[in-house]
Amino acid sequence: MISSETRDIIVNGLWKQNPGIVQLLGLCPLLAISSNVVNALSLGLATTLVMAVANVSVALVRNFIPHEIRIPVFVLIIAALVTVVQLAMNAWVHPLYLVLGVFIPLITTNCIVLARVEAFASKRSTAHSVLDGVMMGLGLTAVLVVLGALREIFGKGTLFSGLDLALGPQAAGWVLHVIPDYQGLLLAVLPPGAFIALGLLIALRNLTESLRAERAGQHARPPASTSSDAATA
Amino acid sequence: MNPALRETFSTSATLLVFSVICASLLAGAYLVTRPTIEHSEQVEKMRLVAQALPPGSFDNDPVRDARPLAPDPLLGLKRPGLAYLASQGGTPVAVVLEAAAPDGYAGEIRLLVGIRADGRIAGVRVTAHKETPGLGDYIDVARSPWIHQFEGKSLEAPPAAEWKVRKDGGRFDYLAGATITPRAVVKAVHKALRYFAQHKDELLRLPPPAPGGKP
Repeated sequence: MISSETRDIIVNGLWKQNPGIVQLLGLCPLLAISSNVVNALSLGLATTLVMAVANVSVALVRNFIPHEIRIPVFVLIIAALVTVVQLAMNAWVHPLYLVLGVFIPLITTNCIVLARVEAFASKRSTAHSVLDGVMMGLGLTAVLVVLGALREIFGKGTLFSGLDLALGPQAAGWVLHVIPDYQGLLLAVLPPGAFIALGLLIALRNLTESLRAERAGQHARPPASTSSDAATA
Repeated sequence: MNPALRETFSTSATLLVFSVICASLLAGAYLVTRPTIEHSEQVEKMRLVAQALPPGSFDNDPVRDARPLAPDPLLGLKRPGLAYLASQGGTPVAVVLEAAAPDGYAGEIRLLVGIRADGRIAGVRVTAHKETPGLGDYIDVARSPWIHQFEGKSLEAPPAAEWKVRKDGGRFDYLAGATITPRAVVKAVHKALRYFAQHKDELLRLPPPAPGGKP
C-alpha cells in the first residue's frame, strides 16, 4: 500500500519530471559520458547515490539552515559528498574511476542535484527526500543508459563494452556485438551524436504524451513547456 | 550588539559549523581510502610497466627501483618523469622510460617506452591520450595491435631517416585518416631511444641495495 504522495514522487522522478528529458537538468554528464552503456550506467548510479545522500543530509538539517545562506550550505554538503564518492570509487573501482575521471567531481556542478535539494529536500520529510533523490537519480540514469545504448550500437555496433572495468576481468567476454563487422559511425560517439540522440528521445517522449492526451479525449495540447525555466548544466 | 550584527554572527557561525563538519567528513574519507588508492595506483602502474617489458624477463619490482628523470626535450615531459629499471638476478636487463609526444592531434600523448640494455625496444604503451575515438585511438593497445610494431626496433635499425610513418617515406604503418597521431608517436619513441643512448650508463645503473629497515 503506497500513499498517493509516494506514488507521485516515483512517477515524477521516472517520467513526469524526468531530469534528463523533461527538466533538461544535468545535461553536462548526460552528453559527455553517454558514449556507451557501462559509462552511462556507472555515472548515473554515482549521481543517484549522491542525490539520495544529499537529499537525506539536507532534509535532516533543514531546520538549522538560515534561509539566507542555504545555497552555500547545500553546495558545501553536495561537494563534500561527491568528494567522498570520488575517493571511494578511486579506492574500490579504480579502473572505472580512470574512465569516468573528470566527470565524477563534475557531479557537484550538476544542477539537478542542487535543484532537488533546494526544491524538495529543504522543504519535505527525510523519508520522502530519500525517495525523491533515488527516483530522480534513477530517472536520469535510465535516460543516460538509453542514450548510451543508442550511441554505442550506432557508433560501435556493440553493447556493454568495458564491463570488465566495473566488474573485473571475468566480465571482458560479456560484450555483445550487436552488429557484426560494423565499421562504426563516428558521429554517434562524438558529442553531436549525444545531442541528436537526446533530441530524438525528447521528441519521442513528447509524442507519447500528446498521443496519450488525445486518447484521453482532450484536445491535443502542445507538449508541456518545461525547458524555458530550466538552466542546463 | 545591534540585531543585524548579531544575525550576521550567528549566520556565519552556522556556516562555520557546516564547513567543519564537511571538512572532517572529507578528512575521514581520505584517511580511510588512502591506502587502497595508493595500492591500486601502484598496481595499475606495475601493470603498464610490465606490458612494456618482455614477460618473465625480470625478477625485481621496477616500480620500486624507479628513479626520477630531469625534464628533457627528448622525453617531451614538462615535469620530472620516472625511469623504471628492470633487472634479473642483479643484472639490469631493460629500462622503461616515461615519455610524451607533445604534438598529437588532440594534445599530449603519454607513453611508456621499454628499452632493453642492448638498445632494442622491448615494448611501447600509451598511458594517456585525447585522440579522436574510433580514428586516432588505434595507438592504444586495447584498440589495435599497431603499437607492437616498435618491438625490436632500435636507433640503428631502421636508420634515422626511416623512423617515420610510411606516408613520409619511413618504416612504420599507419591507418588512413589519422596520420598526425602515429607521426607524433613514432617521433616520440625515436627521441626516447636517443635519450637512452645518451644516458645509457646512468639509466642502467642498479640502485644501491635498500638500507635495512625502510624500503
